[in-house]
Amino acid sequence: MPEKVLMKGNEALAEAAIMAGCRHFFGYPITPQTEVAAHMAKRMPKIGGTYMQAESEVAAINMVLGASAAGVRAMTSSSSPGISLKSEGLSYLAGSDLPALIVNVQRAGPGLGGIQPSQADYLQATRAPGHGDFRMLVFAPSTVQEMVDLVADAFELGDRYRMPAMILSDGLLGQMMEPVVMDTNKKINTVEKPWAVTGHGDKRKHNIVNSLYIDPPNMEEVTRARYQRYKEIEEKEQRCEEYKTDDAEIVIVAYGASARISRSAVDLARKEGIKAGLIRPITLWPYPKKAILSRIRTAKAFLSVEMSMGQMVDDVRLVVNGAREVRFYGRTGGMIPTPAEVLNELKNIKGELK
Amino acid sequence: MNILLAGFGGQGILFTGKVAAYGGMLDGKEVSWLPSYGPEMRGGTANCSVCVSELPIGSPLVTAPDVLIAMNLPSLEKFEKTVVPGGIVMVDSSIVTEKVKRKDVKAIYLPATRLAEDSGLKGLANMVMAGRLFAETKFCSESALMDGVRKSVPARKQEMLDNNITAVKIGMKSGE
Amino acid sequence: MKFKRPHSLTDTQFHYCPGCSHGIVHRLVAEAIDDLGIEGRTVGIAPVGCAVFAYNYFACDMVQAAHGRAPAVATGIKRARPDNVVFAYQGDGDLAAIGTAESVHAAARGENITVIFINNAIYGMTGGQMAPTTLPGQITQTSPYGRDVKYAGHPIRVCEMLSTLDGVALAQRVSVDTVKNVNIAKKAIRKAFEYQMDKKGYTIIEVLSTCPTNWGLSVKDSLDWLRNNMFPYYPIGVHKDIGAKEAKE
Repeated sequence: MPEKVLMKGNEALAEAAIMAGCRHFFGYPITPQTEVAAHMAKRMPKIGGTYMQAESEVAAINMVLGASAAGVRAMTSSSSPGISLKSEGLSYLAGSDLPALIVNVQRAGPGLGGIQPSQADYLQATRAPGHGDFRMLVFAPSTVQEMVDLVADAFELGDRYRMPAMILSDGLLGQMMEPVVMDTNKKINTVEKPWAVTGHGDKRKHNIVNSLYIDPPNMEEVTRARYQRYKEIEEKEQRCEEYKTDDAEIVIVAYGASARISRSAVDLARKEGIKAGLIRPITLWPYPKKAILSRIRTAKAFLSVEMSMGQMVDDVRLVVNGAREVRFYGRTGGMIPTPAEVLNELKNIKGELK
Repeated sequence: MNILLAGFGGQGILFTGKVAAYGGMLDGKEVSWLPSYGPEMRGGTANCSVCVSELPIGSPLVTAPDVLIAMNLPSLEKFEKTVVPGGIVMVDSSIVTEKVKRKDVKAIYLPATRLAEDSGLKGLANMVMAGRLFAETKFCSESALMDGVRKSVPARKQEMLDNNITAVKIGMKSGE
Repeated sequence: MKFKRPHSLTDTQFHYCPGCSHGIVHRLVAEAIDDLGIEGRTVGIAPVGCAVFAYNYFACDMVQAAHGRAPAVATGIKRARPDNVVFAYQGDGDLAAIGTAESVHAAARGENITVIFINNAIYGMTGGQMAPTTLPGQITQTSPYGRDVKYAGHPIRVCEMLSTLDGVALAQRVSVDTVKNVNIAKKAIRKAFEYQMDKKGYTIIEVLSTCPTNWGLSVKDSLDWLRNNMFPYYPIGVHKDIGAKEAKE
């Protein structure tokens, strides 16, 4: 049994990527993802890997695209403003059916915003990471252990479905230390990549990695095929954790750092006789619709708790579709909600439910 | 138990927090450690939140500490008001000459910097404070605390290990 | 002598306009790949611009990059597979406007890639707009009164600029307007690939090219225009060659 150690979320994530077989990291400095890149800079040269500090986020994501096209597991990490710059590359990755891991250790925005933790990039991650018709896998860890465990999954699913995958973290999870077990014996599940540009070696027809489809019927066909894959993902890959939802009248929906706080709030509420529960989405795309749908029967209201002005709440509303009241509570700008604040919101809802 | 440690950068605030978190973890408890980061770290104050609990930790950010360890005046002034009633405020009285204003908390004035220097342990006031924190709260077992020190001192600084442990012991005895 | 298609080109018909230099340069690149016997381990990057369909024309593995990002994509491929020969085919807008940062830094890093740079002083695919290499006074769709350097600034001499960087192994400007110049260009491209295979660093061959369609000239007149206007501003020749220096020493 591997030893339990204290590690920062960012460092643990970086090491987990190495354990998942990633040997190519391209990035650009920004707070608060700092330790991901620093860890890679320290480790990669010792294991024959590449740590490359690019000239910009734009260059970094395109280097990731090149490495991914060449068939290796490649990644980049950044924080909110840097992710905006990666939009172009994300769209090209999706359009070229290339896997890649993108880590967003979120900070407050818009603009330069602030460097403290935030979840205000939810819509960017799940709706519009770049131009065009496409989707991206989005994973939301809520502990340092999950920062580790989800990395291998993100690489594997990205490879299997040939699409970019994002770990949507935040400054809190990135900067905090928690006990974590790094299982170095974990099997790496690799996927064959016959499409990669490795040099054809005079053995096959040349491979082309491309996102240009100048002929509209052809482009529509390719896009529809991609959306068939997305449909399969929505069927198979929804993930969430439920906490005390069986008899919950009020179901909080919260991910990442907000879910930790909401879980404490659920415990506080239960002590005061409020039947609260928590659904914690682990995948933000595909969104765990099934779990939320199944709670419409038992819950009287839903409460989305976020470190934003209300972004994921749109998804909760889309799923609940008017069948129940959906409320929102959030803090933003780098402020972190407290369990007491969430409890207060639960009390308000309880009062109105009569 | 929620602990907030604060002081100047370079006083070993983050390291002290790590020792406490390791102590809790090695005692089988849930723990978290969260540093302040960004520009406020540049030459200014550093602070660090540590949670040690029997239950999974919700927010790792300590906004209402059970224990405040203040190693400079700005930290005492900034965080004294956040301590829970009945909590503990530990001050390095070699550096901070002001008194704790609150009457509903236990104030501990420990000349940690002087105690460390008197024993030839310059720069280890933080570990003296850690020892006293343990003596006051018993947030973990003594053996877990000592193992926590061992885990926290990096391999390249192993020659500092004994001094760190000595400083912790000075802190543990300081209240007797 | 029978005029055969190089093995490194597919049998797809080029879509380029009459008198455009792309076709000749594609052929020269393919001939160099054939001569060196490296088709099976070469990966090319197609740019955004008229040459975007280069991925259909070259028979080696190909990647199509976002506008200006070819050097970054090439960097990713090369770092993942250092034994592959990687070339980026770029136009003037791609390399010297939207992708300036990627180009300068790939060159500064001494990235072991070869860049084939088509400089025709205009944006071709979008219909003839002012490029970073458009000459002073040159009329384009977006400099309809001629490029006014007081307003729109000066053209960029890419080879000269990149030659100042230590990571550059070879920077040579060539033309394909005459048989003699075509032969020089072919040798230069081959040399660039050889330098890359010897891990000497970043290599760039800038090809002064014609765009009769967007210049609004006949094929013959465009060649004259190239010689009369581009040659004086963009002198052909070797701007940097660390191999020549090594040979002397």
